[in-house]
Amino acid sequence: MSTTTALSPTPHTGGPVVGTVKVASRKTLVIFAVLTAGLALILATSAEAGDTTFRLAADSDFFQLPQLTVPSLPTAWVLAAVCAVLTAESLRRYLTKRSTPGWVVVVFAVAWMAGFLTWAAAGGSVPVVGLLAGSLALAVPLVFGALGGVLGERAGVVNIAIDGQLLLGAFAAAIVASSTGSPWAGLVAAMLAGALVALVLGVFAITYLVDQVIVGVVLNVLVIGLTSFLFSQVLAPNAATLNSPPRFPRVPIPVLGEIPLVGPIFFRQTVVVYLLYIAVALVTFALYRTRWGLRVRAVGEHPKAADTVGIKVNRTRYRTILLAGAIAGMGGAFYTLVSVPQFNREMTGGAGYIALAAVIFGKWDPVRATLAALLFGFASNLQGVLAVLGSPVPSQFMLMLPYVITIFAVAGLVGRSRPPAADGVPYQKE
Amino acid sequence: MSGTEVKPRATPPEGPSRSQSVLREIASGNALAGVLAVFLAVVVGSLMIAITDEEVRASASYVFARPGDFFQASWDAIWGAYTALFRGAVYNDRVDDFATQIRPLTETLKFAGPLIAAGLGVGLAFRASLFNIGGRGQMLLAGAAAGWVSFTFDLPMVVHLPLAIFAGMLAGALWAGLAGLLKARTGAHEVIVTIMLNYVGYYLVFFALSRQGLLQAPGSANPKSAPAHDSAILPKILGDRFNLHLGFVLALVAVALVWWLLNRSTLGYRIRAVGENPDAARAAGINVGRTYTVVMLIAGALVGLAGANQVLGTVTSGVTTDLDAGIGFDAITVALLGRSKPLGILGAGLLFGAFKAGGFAMQASEGIPVDIVLVVQSLIVLFIAAPPLVRAIFRLPAKEAK
Amino acid sequence: MKLVLRDITKRFGSLVANDRISLEVLPGEVHCLLGENGAGKSTLMNVLYGLYRADEGEIVLDDVVQHFSGPGDAMAAGIGMVHQHFMLIPVFTVTENVMLGNEATGFAGTLDLDAARERVREISSRFGFHVDPDAIVEDLPVGVQQRVEIIKALSRDAEVLVFDEPTAVLTPQETDELMDIMRQLKEAGKAIVFITHKLREVRAVADRITVIRRGAVVGEAEPTATNAELAALMVGRPVELTVHKDAPQLGDDALVVRDLRVVDALGQVHLDGISFTIKAGEVLAVAGVQGNGQTQLTEALLGLQDHVEGSITLDGKELVGRSVRKVLDAGVGFIPEDRQTDGLVGSFSIAENLMLNRSFRSPFVRRGALRRDALETFAEQKLQDYDVRAPDIHTHAGKLSGGNQQKVVVARELSRDLRLLVAAQPTRGVDVGSIEFIHKQVIATRDSGIPVLVVSTELDEVVALADRIMVLYRGQVVGIVPGDTPRETLGLMMTGERPKDVVA
Repeated sequence: MSTTTALSPTPHTGGPVVGTVKVASRKTLVIFAVLTAGLALILATSAEAGDTTFRLAADSDFFQLPQLTVPSLPTAWVLAAVCAVLTAESLRRYLTKRSTPGWVVVVFAVAWMAGFLTWAAAGGSVPVVGLLAGSLALAVPLVFGALGGVLGERAGVVNIAIDGQLLLGAFAAAIVASSTGSPWAGLVAAMLAGALVALVLGVFAITYLVDQVIVGVVLNVLVIGLTSFLFSQVLAPNAATLNSPPRFPRVPIPVLGEIPLVGPIFFRQTVVVYLLYIAVALVTFALYRTRWGLRVRAVGEHPKAADTVGIKVNRTRYRTILLAGAIAGMGGAFYTLVSVPQFNREMTGGAGYIALAAVIFGKWDPVRATLAALLFGFASNLQGVLAVLGSPVPSQFMLMLPYVITIFAVAGLVGRSRPPAADGVPYQKE
Repeated sequence: MSGTEVKPRATPPEGPSRSQSVLREIASGNALAGVLAVFLAVVVGSLMIAITDEEVRASASYVFARPGDFFQASWDAIWGAYTALFRGAVYNDRVDDFATQIRPLTETLKFAGPLIAAGLGVGLAFRASLFNIGGRGQMLLAGAAAGWVSFTFDLPMVVHLPLAIFAGMLAGALWAGLAGLLKARTGAHEVIVTIMLNYVGYYLVFFALSRQGLLQAPGSANPKSAPAHDSAILPKILGDRFNLHLGFVLALVAVALVWWLLNRSTLGYRIRAVGENPDAARAAGINVGRTYTVVMLIAGALVGLAGANQVLGTVTSGVTTDLDAGIGFDAITVALLGRSKPLGILGAGLLFGAFKAGGFAMQASEGIPVDIVLVVQSLIVLFIAAPPLVRAIFRLPAKEAK
Repeated sequence: MKLVLRDITKRFGSLVANDRISLEVLPGEVHCLLGENGAGKSTLMNVLYGLYRADEGEIVLDDVVQHFSGPGDAMAAGIGMVHQHFMLIPVFTVTENVMLGNEATGFAGTLDLDAARERVREISSRFGFHVDPDAIVEDLPVGVQQRVEIIKALSRDAEVLVFDEPTAVLTPQETDELMDIMRQLKEAGKAIVFITHKLREVRAVADRITVIRRGAVVGEAEPTATNAELAALMVGRPVELTVHKDAPQLGDDALVVRDLRVVDALGQVHLDGISFTIKAGEVLAVAGVQGNGQTQLTEALLGLQDHVEGSITLDGKELVGRSVRKVLDAGVGFIPEDRQTDGLVGSFSIAENLMLNRSFRSPFVRRGALRRDALETFAEQKLQDYDVRAPDIHTHAGKLSGGNQQKVVVARELSRDLRLLVAAQPTRGVDVGSIEFIHKQVIATRDSGIPVLVVSTELDEVVALADRIMVLYRGQVVGIVPGDTPRETLGLMMTGERPKDVVA
């Protein structure tokens, strides 16, 4: 969907202009300052004494990294000071009209998070590996969904129905894997299910020119109704034969799986997660480096221009969203073939909407969207870990985080996003 | 969002030609397409009922030997389902006294009330070209606010009830207005913002319901508030034998007000102008951003009325996080089916209210999961949204371009 | 390659856009297709390019009848098109745009950008285009973007090149360069179709001229024909190329603009310190090639631009910083350059459109409610006064022709109590009859003592209406000159040069 509104004055259309005035953004600076002040505030007002332990190794690791135990309060204050220094650096750059570089942002994020965790887990220990591995597990369906979303929107089709694709994918995977006994068959079924939702989206949105947002919203409701109905009517009475799918086993990758910290998080996973890595790499490569990707992007930016050079706009869009649907469907399979070995009604819990948020926060780029999805997975998992640690932050606020971040993102407070120009606009020859 | 069949359109000038235009609409196949869309959706629903029915599946195994059994079983399943639906939604012929016989109809009206109010909230936003997907969050906030007033204060009913309703509408208005304001100020797309606000609202209310001193009932560990005081409960309008409460009447009042607003007021004129062409509206001195904010405030208030209706009328035992009962999303389908016109929304709300009332009866008596209603409902909207598809299925002539 | 169109007929519903049009273009010649806006030129070219399918008739290339099902077929057959609205993807590089649809690929469909880049360089240097293959298209000036379009066609070995109204967005200088390019292409043996409604350009470059009117060929002409002959052929009757007007009765300074500076949200400066004055009863026309700040000037006057510095006073009252509504209330009438976007709500009736900027306080409003009877009486009256051809006042504005739409806008603005009229491109895309009518209204407004600012990219219109002419170039005033300044001088000023003998 287009975020250009009628409120902006007539945009520059390539005509000659006198010159450009440099507009330095102070958003980064403001966010840094607010976060640093917030951290300092909680440290000053509600700090507990004691030590914080960071567990850096999984129990099964070959090389055991030592545990890291630090005195909570001093460490947290040191990290807060690091944040303050970085904020000052950002201020300095703002005053000289330069933007804050990426490495500063990354260091700030790590320092702030470490400071926060040190404070939150005072007197206890933080299972770093578990926290990160759990984040990845929660993020897998989000990443698949976001990849599907990015592909569709790059071709100009807004896909609000990611949640429907995940849910139907989970449902199909459960039934097919249960009845065939093969998780692979379930995975294929999930991909087909995701593509099916995409096909319906395409028929209505591309062929019949129905508003894409409306179709997406209604499709989500339809899939919820359909799967819940069939769950109660068919799956529940026949749970043993239709709703007990075999799971994908974990397949540790030799060597890579033994790397401290990284190994247990990324390389002792199921095949679905490895497929995810491949999917992210392939989609990114294909979108930017191949003829197919060039055409997909052209169709999403300026369909008429694509048409005038002989590209079949609607055919390209159909193909792209079918592929995108299949990718999102794989994310659905993760629910029933990896996470929980059975289907439940509305089991995605609106994850598709978080995936949509990741698409926007990730600025319609597959890699950034993946990172956004990982961040959202981290936020959800952190909430669980903090609850176990008995941290004073209410879990609801952690769960709220992805949605709040997305609102900030679309409001332009965290970098203005620019969607594909023809996103959400059906193509029709006059 | 660009132009589509379901996108709200400017009403043609009404007046002496009104009845003619209705006739023309029916003749041109627009209304017919609507009826056929409902019919088509019901057929698909029937098929699903038949396919998943145990007896039908049993008879399907020997369908070639005795096809009669198969068709009999299918017919029984479908007929049973729809008569149960009718008995639950309109008129129950299996009981003796008249009051009990028409009780289902009053249940339909009870369910229709919040659907109409929330449908108006979504439909009004549509007219300004805004897609308010935030019905759920707005209802939750509204329900929480109305609920808080309802169990916190002890006031005479003439003050307490209006105050509780007002609190609900205000909360809904502010929550939706936030999306309007963000769109006006920063260009943030309201679809994304309202979706996200649904979740933020959910967790906010969930948080408040889990904290003593906020909304949680004293001494309880459940995320639920205390029940509403009697003085803040919407009175039953047909006596205690029926559940139908004043909320339905309020919804009817809202229909009239929104109709006047859109078709007779200058604010409505500006809302429509902004919805149809924001650039022209802006060049004509209409503050587009302020209009977006105002529309979302009013829309949120209407959805908030639905939220208040739930906690003050339908479920008065306390606020929970599922007080919206799916109405926030149903409202979208109601507004689409009603083509964003107040009277259309009234009709669509009544139809979906009947589906709800009947759906629960169907589940109770026939064991058919109420989720089938969601399926039928969303199919109706899909078919309604694509008249060319319905025409193609029924081989109707294409509509002459005007 | 020789192109022949034989009896092409294209209908849209009951409208016949092309009525048995025949045309022949030989290699090494420039064939001009001349006609008014809406005469059916673009429809014909879209048929040729495979975007539309003709209802009757055939396209023949070198004696082979073609059947195009899309632009891909037309391109493969050797037809290249330079579109009026460039068919370029703004966020792509030049190379990506040129290769799109015709990609050189390596292993597994990977793009061979190097080969494509080389092709762009080669064509660019052959014709002296100076185009950087790696530039992002949206960063390029319009004239260069057009060259990218030409490279795109040439990279596909087009033998027939169609230029659809190519000069609308160019400076006179860029226009001359384009004419040179066309001659060069002609020398190289290409067959060129040049679609335009500008008589001067036709005579400069055409070898043959075909004139079409209302979808049909009405005659052929030699490049030696006079402007008046060509115009009469194009319009179907003798045309008054000048607007009759008396000497202006000048009053006091009414609109005073001082050091106006407009910056957009991206920080680009569109107007840089411009100053001018319009007296009551005077028409000041702003001349300049599209995109030199005219749009921002009219929008700044109306309060539609967000970042405005300097001062705009109307009868002594400051307008900068006021909302659009306040500006309108101060008596500013506005005919926007794009009526479909900024002037009308297409799905509203004519009557509803007539009150678009009067929804707050006006005869049509009482205590927040619409007075529909008053509005309808008013609308009936205006329909007659302004000769709007429509079935009734309830007709949707979007269903009217361009000329009638513009009359609705003019009617709305002129029926308010004005102290200034701002008319941006008042006759763009309007038939000749409506042009004459609207010009008369503008002059009548001036004669009633109201200052008028006219912005037009059509030099003819500027010369016809202006008492004084202000030329804008790159957001700055090149000069403000008398209304009878020679066109050659104005043309030069539009390139940013200021002739010494010009009085400011």
